[in-house]
Amino acid sequence: MDSLTLLLDGFATALTPVNIAYALVGVTLGTLVGVLPGIGPAMTLALLLPITFNVPPASAFIMFAGIYYGGMYGGSTTSILLNTPGESASMITALEGNKMARRGRAAQALATAAIGSFVAGTIATALLVAAAPLVVRFAISFGPEDYFALAVLAFTAVSSVLSRSVVRGLAALGLGLVIGLIGIDQQTGQARLTLGIPQLLDGIDVVIVAVGLFAVGEVLYVASRLRHSAPDVIPVGRAFLGRQDWARSWRPWLRGTALGFPFGALPGGGAEIPTFLSYAIEKRLARGPGKEEFGKGAIEGVAGPEAANNASAAGTLVPLLTLGLPTSATAAIMLAAFQQYGLQPGPQLFDHNPALVWGMIASLFLGNAMLLVLNLPLAPAWAKVLHIPRPYLYAGIITFAALGVYALNASWIDLIILYVLGLLGYAMRRFGLPIAPAVIGLILGPMAEIQLRRALAIGAGDPTTLIRSPIAATLLALSLLILLLPAARHLLRLRRGRAT
Amino acid sequence: MRTRPGRLAALVMAAAAAVLTTACGAGTDAGSGSTALRIMAPAAPGGGWDQTSRTAEQAIKAADPARKVEVFNVPGAGGTIGLAQLAGEKGNGNLLMTMGLVMVGAIEQNKSQVTLAQTTPIAKLTEDYEIVVVPAQSPYKSVADLVAAWKADPAKIAIAGGSAGGTDHIAAGLMAKAAGIDPKRINYIAHSGGGEALNALLGNKVAMGISGISEMSEHVKSGKVRAIGVTAPERVDAVDAPTLREGGLDVVVANWRGFVAPEGISEADRKALTDLVTKMHASRPWQDAIKKNGWVDSFQTGPAFADYLAAEQARVKAIIAEMGLVS
Repeated sequence: MDSLTLLLDGFATALTPVNIAYALVGVTLGTLVGVLPGIGPAMTLALLLPITFNVPPASAFIMFAGIYYGGMYGGSTTSILLNTPGESASMITALEGNKMARRGRAAQALATAAIGSFVAGTIATALLVAAAPLVVRFAISFGPEDYFALAVLAFTAVSSVLSRSVVRGLAALGLGLVIGLIGIDQQTGQARLTLGIPQLLDGIDVVIVAVGLFAVGEVLYVASRLRHSAPDVIPVGRAFLGRQDWARSWRPWLRGTALGFPFGALPGGGAEIPTFLSYAIEKRLARGPGKEEFGKGAIEGVAGPEAANNASAAGTLVPLLTLGLPTSATAAIMLAAFQQYGLQPGPQLFDHNPALVWGMIASLFLGNAMLLVLNLPLAPAWAKVLHIPRPYLYAGIITFAALGVYALNASWIDLIILYVLGLLGYAMRRFGLPIAPAVIGLILGPMAEIQLRRALAIGAGDPTTLIRSPIAATLLALSLLILLLPAARHLLRLRRGRAT
Repeated sequence: MRTRPGRLAALVMAAAAAVLTTACGAGTDAGSGSTALRIMAPAAPGGGWDQTSRTAEQAIKAADPARKVEVFNVPGAGGTIGLAQLAGEKGNGNLLMTMGLVMVGAIEQNKSQVTLAQTTPIAKLTEDYEIVVVPAQSPYKSVADLVAAWKADPAKIAIAGGSAGGTDHIAAGLMAKAAGIDPKRINYIAHSGGGEALNALLGNKVAMGISGISEMSEHVKSGKVRAIGVTAPERVDAVDAPTLREGGLDVVVANWRGFVAPEGISEADRKALTDLVTKMHASRPWQDAIKKNGWVDSFQTGPAFADYLAAEQARVKAIIAEMGLVS
């Protein structure tokens, strides 16, 4: 009850006209940078850090929180409409979302993403209030061996994304793994696959890979086919969710939230893995029309991952506020902002600055509501983007893609990498290699490698450390089960067939 | 046709610059008159060098309102990308680059073509000493406990810290050497900074951790980790812990930061930059920032800083080689 009164006080802080204005600026800016490929919330916050010299802390954090949540919202829009995710966290949304858009269900996909994000954001923020200490204890107990097991589980779970052609899926995955190796090896500090180019020492930013393979690759592919066939006209269709869409969306929203929140709280959990897992789970659980639609534009495949990536954003705030432990790039910059004000996040923060903390939490609820109001009516309007003549639309995409990537580091070498990856993305499309597994490999590969090596180093080389923790053992057993289940079922069917 | 890519690139860059300057808004003065001082933060926005650069920007503006100052970021490879860019600005007397111990290490480790010999040292600004901590549940209570266990089996003592070859790693190597352990044999677990190393300590996954005092002091105060010692020559106010020297490990190492200018600048430019930085150091915003961030004020200019830089380079080069970190 005590937190409830504090939260009400928080609303009093957040609901002053000035702070509402900051929240509005934050969510609008956040949505914008989410829509633009390449520029993400982390970079926006970093660029806005100097405002901490002039703006009172509560207002600054209310705006920052708005940017963070807004960025998570905005990312889905381009994924769904144009198959050009601007962030790795909204990549999975593109898989089903863009197929929905091509079938004239863009507005529905955008709506389920917006409402799902709202539901997930609200529930996760409530969990942030209620369950923070519990979640933190769980997050801290995660050791490198557990992360390794988690990565293995994610690898096996997303194998369902590659299922149409296993060989092509694995080839794309391998490509991602190789790209992930480029740069300084974190454990030994040695350079790998950098070809003597100093700009490659820090590796290739996952944003550049995602934007290059998805956005630039898509643009080149569409451009290459413009002359061959008249572009098919995409119907925008009916605006809002029908009853069946609601019925098919609400469970994935909740499941996505349940996955995303704890992952956000894990240092190194990130927003991507819960979206992979959510997609895999929804695909397996789908029944009826959803089962047939998966791969052709199933609403479940948009609802789940979108909820997961929003819930993880709230999850990230748990260790940040309670321990001063940043678990994502954006959170690390928020921590820097706290320190600019001479504040150290941690248990003391809740006691010493309740107005600030609870004002920020209240502003998260407020920002979420604002985003829904902002985005839901916009869904049919956004969907009309598809009516822009392709040459203009795709020229615009490539401009913004280059702009976003150049803004990352202000490095022209990044632009060259972007276009090389764009050509690769084009070639992959041309020869039927799926794009998503490459980015999945890029994200999971380095994580699996570094955590495996850390676990073994801490255990002084003893491989049994990998299964000694109950969490790791459970996760690995689960992965084994996923791998063996289809084989076992197949075997069973064979035997039964022989018996009859 | 042939001009098109060039024009497109120019357009993109202009647009990007426009976005960046509007996004910076309150922070930067976009004026680019010939007198504008540019400060390069050779790291991404949000990190330590960026913070130092932006604080300096504010302080210089306060100390000399007529002066135009602009911070820009050139991230990558421990600052060596920025260093290479600085080398291309030979003789430019209106450019400073923020740098520090991490860059000295990165130059050695990445076998950078450009070194600090190709710069003009201007000033050392701040220091942040390192702290050695153990998990709250750890059996080790003192430097002596820890060193005894470490000597018995270096592989068993997993050390959590920041990036390989960074300040934490260098401190670990120097500690091993002082304890009589072969620096090659230490079991250092590099983390990508931020909260990762702290998480390993809170979860009691590693035997000890090394980090900057300002990052760790709050967690020592709240009892989540136990302080073993600091790498300062004397005890510091920020945290209640003995020095490593008191515990018998003769190691003093600081994560220092400073300014260098391009090589080949005129003597007048060098003096003007030194004077400006001296004025900045005396200004109120700078002194406030030092207090707020828990930095140690270690202002040093001229030959004193040049000598310090040379000594640090020699020391870092030696320990990085002894730890087997050079590729």
